Amino acid sequence: MREPALIRMLPDGRRVHLHDGPIDLIIEANGAPRAVSVAYEAAARRFVSILDELCGELPFLRRPAEKNSKRPRGAVAQRMFAAVEPYCMDSFITPMAAVAGSVAEAILESMTVAATLERAYVNDGGDIAIHLADSYRYKIGMVERPDTPSLFGSLEISAADPVRGIATSGWRGRSFSLGIADAVTVLADCASAADAAATVIGNAVNLPDHPGISRIPAREISPDSDLGDLLVTRGVEPLSQFEIDAALENGLCVATRLREKGLIHSAALCLQKCVRISHASAKAPAGFCRDGFLKCVVCTLDDLTGPAAPNIHAQIELTGRTNPHA
Amino acid sequence: MPDVFPPDTVRCDACPVLCYIKRGHAGACDRYANLEGQLVRVDPHILLDRAKSQGTPLVPFLEREGDWDGKIMKGQETFVTAIGAGTTYPDYKPAPFIVSSEVEGVDMVTVVTEGIFSYCGVKLKIDTDRHLGPERNLVRAQGEPVGHVTTAEYGSQMLSLGGVHHLTGGSKSEGRVTCETLLDRCNGKEVELTIDEGASVRVAAGKPPVVNGQREERMRVGCGSATIGMFAKQWFGKVDDVVVVDDHITGVLSEHQAGKLLGVRETGIAIQGRRSTPGRYFQVAEPGTGWGGTNISDPLTILKPFKTKFAWPHLRLLMVSTTGEQFAYYELDEALRPVEKELPEALKESVGRIRENCEPALTTVLFMGGAGGSLRAGVTENPVKLTDSVKRRLTRVTCGGAPAYIWPGGGITFMVDVTRMPENAFGYVPTPALVAPIEFTLKKHDYAVLGGHVDYVRPLADVLKEKERQRQLVSHAQNPWPLKPRAGSSGS
Repeated sequence: MREPALIRMLPDGRRVHLHDGPIDLIIEANGAPRAVSVAYEAAARRFVSILDELCGELPFLRRPAEKNSKRPRGAVAQRMFAAVEPYCMDSFITPMAAVAGSVAEAILESMTVAATLERAYVNDGGDIAIHLADSYRYKIGMVERPDTPSLFGSLEISAADPVRGIATSGWRGRSFSLGIADAVTVLADCASAADAAATVIGNAVNLPDHPGISRIPAREISPDSDLGDLLVTRGVEPLSQFEIDAALENGLCVATRLREKGLIHSAALCLQKCVRISHASAKAPAGFCRDGFLKCVVCTLDDLTGPAAPNIHAQIELTGRTNPHA
Repeated sequence: MPDVFPPDTVRCDACPVLCYIKRGHAGACDRYANLEGQLVRVDPHILLDRAKSQGTPLVPFLEREGDWDGKIMKGQETFVTAIGAGTTYPDYKPAPFIVSSEVEGVDMVTVVTEGIFSYCGVKLKIDTDRHLGPERNLVRAQGEPVGHVTTAEYGSQMLSLGGVHHLTGGSKSEGRVTCETLLDRCNGKEVELTIDEGASVRVAAGKPPVVNGQREERMRVGCGSATIGMFAKQWFGKVDDVVVVDDHITGVLSEHQAGKLLGVRETGIAIQGRRSTPGRYFQVAEPGTGWGGTNISDPLTILKPFKTKFAWPHLRLLMVSTTGEQFAYYELDEALRPVEKELPEALKESVGRIRENCEPALTTVLFMGGAGGSLRAGVTENPVKLTDSVKRRLTRVTCGGAPAYIWPGGGITFMVDVTRMPENAFGYVPTPALVAPIEFTLKKHDYAVLGGHVDYVRPLADVLKEKERQRQLVSHAQNPWPLKPRAGSSGS
């Protein structure tokens, strides 16, 4: 039985939760009160049809992208296709690799078109599209693993930075990975590009044929997975420092190449508590902080005051749990 | 698209993605899953069903509909637990479910909420005589300090895990690992713990502990001295002397009061260690994971040469540990040196009986937490009145339907045996803190008196209508029924 899409204000009265099928978005806009409510309404209007649009051409979106092939019809699907196209000559990739980032981007666009906002974000399960005007900035908190509770680092993005999209991929996440990275977090021009790149770099952090890595065909877990019979990572035993370095190096090579091609701005690769950043130069547009290790972006917050950060509340709510007290 | 799927694959129609979901897996949304070939919504709100007879299996709510007799009375046998109930925010809002039901002619109210506990931890009782580590030493999980070794109790070692200082007082990683460890402990999962300068243990609630890779089978029947006392009569005449090796008190039959009274002859046996009273020795060896919780693997190492004045050739000596798991039988040669021999048939029974009298070794886990002002505000506008009502036993506190022991003194600090709660009853929030279900049950009249949110009380039948997110379980056979009204209106 089809469940209707859910649109609701979170109990904090600031953020909106949009849910339909497998899509869960947390959005927040700042600006004049009138502008914010117009933006939220626009987001909701855009949202209600988005899942049906995507599902209308799901079989096509689950097939590997090919250069010069026919294009998808839907606006979101086109973003997905465009985001993965740069990779389709070199590797297996389907437009689904960019679905979360593309949805976030589309919703954010509907908001910024409808109203003049100081800043706004759409967080699609850790793939985040952001809007920043003038001198506004966002501080982003990073969480080690989606299933464990504390923040491990933060980064700041200001309007002057070119970054408008953040995405994270890893084998522990909700979608499958061919690689073994616990998380690859990517900053890019837009969320769809970040999403596709995080998938590609995450796949590259790997140790082919390593006996300590268990992999099974994606189809055995999820019969209609776009990855079909490709082997996806299900478990990684503790690795030696040498092996960790080697796997991260594999990913770093790809990240560096994507950075040279202008596809991403930076990436942080994390494997068993070791972190590599795709660039070390000080003039980096948006740096990852190096305290501790970071694994998965799940929250966007104004004041990163501690682990009781507001957006994590939302995550807890999504799992049907509860609102934590500060 | 594959056309043929394994049997038991279900197609979810909750959204247009129309996932094919294999048995035991969830769909793309993580909200719907294939449980035993049925599409179910996961993370349900759990209701306890009072079992008509013990051992009734778990009953999914929807399957029960067939034998629903249509009367509200049936509903009276259902208790709404707080598992998955969520909580309300900000604090002053009434708890998510305030349920009324009539039980034995009395109107009862149950306030159902999940509590967020920063002040919480677990107390672990590990049944073992093996030395796990010095008192006060740190207990670690994944290398992070998550608790400490506390007192040794009868046949067991207590550990204290968690507590606010580990959860929020240390590094982020310490807090995170502590939270994870507590959650796994409470949800009955196995956890590996290491103790500084001590053992490594794998423990799961209600299961035997595994110490340094060795599974504990039995608790000791008593200390070495007590074992001599219990079995002296059964040994008398069948053997000349018996040493029960124990890290705490090693007992010697011929010197022990029990042996003396039976007239056991002096054997000239001499034991290493500090003599306490006749036939009782402390510190025969270092603590360890060998015989009777000592570090010895060869029991002869605790014997000094036999005194030639008393001993005689062919003297028969049994050495046994307090659990009967280790034993050896010796006879003295002409030079009065013990030589190991096969255990005579006549002694096998007594060794077997020691073993038999040792209860199965278990790890037991009590969750301990304190309900703060915020949680209490969800129950009543004047939180202290709830404390008062609990202390006067007008209000019964349960966790997922399991009875909670309330500590005397201020606040509502309680302990509960996690094995008596339904599975996976605990959650967490990133604070980090644990989320535990808690239910307050009291008479409707008393609820009004303590300033409860009476306008939010809903009849049970109403709550039961929201079937989609509910799961019905059979109440734990040992738990008293949480809704049963207490006699009188004040303490009993």
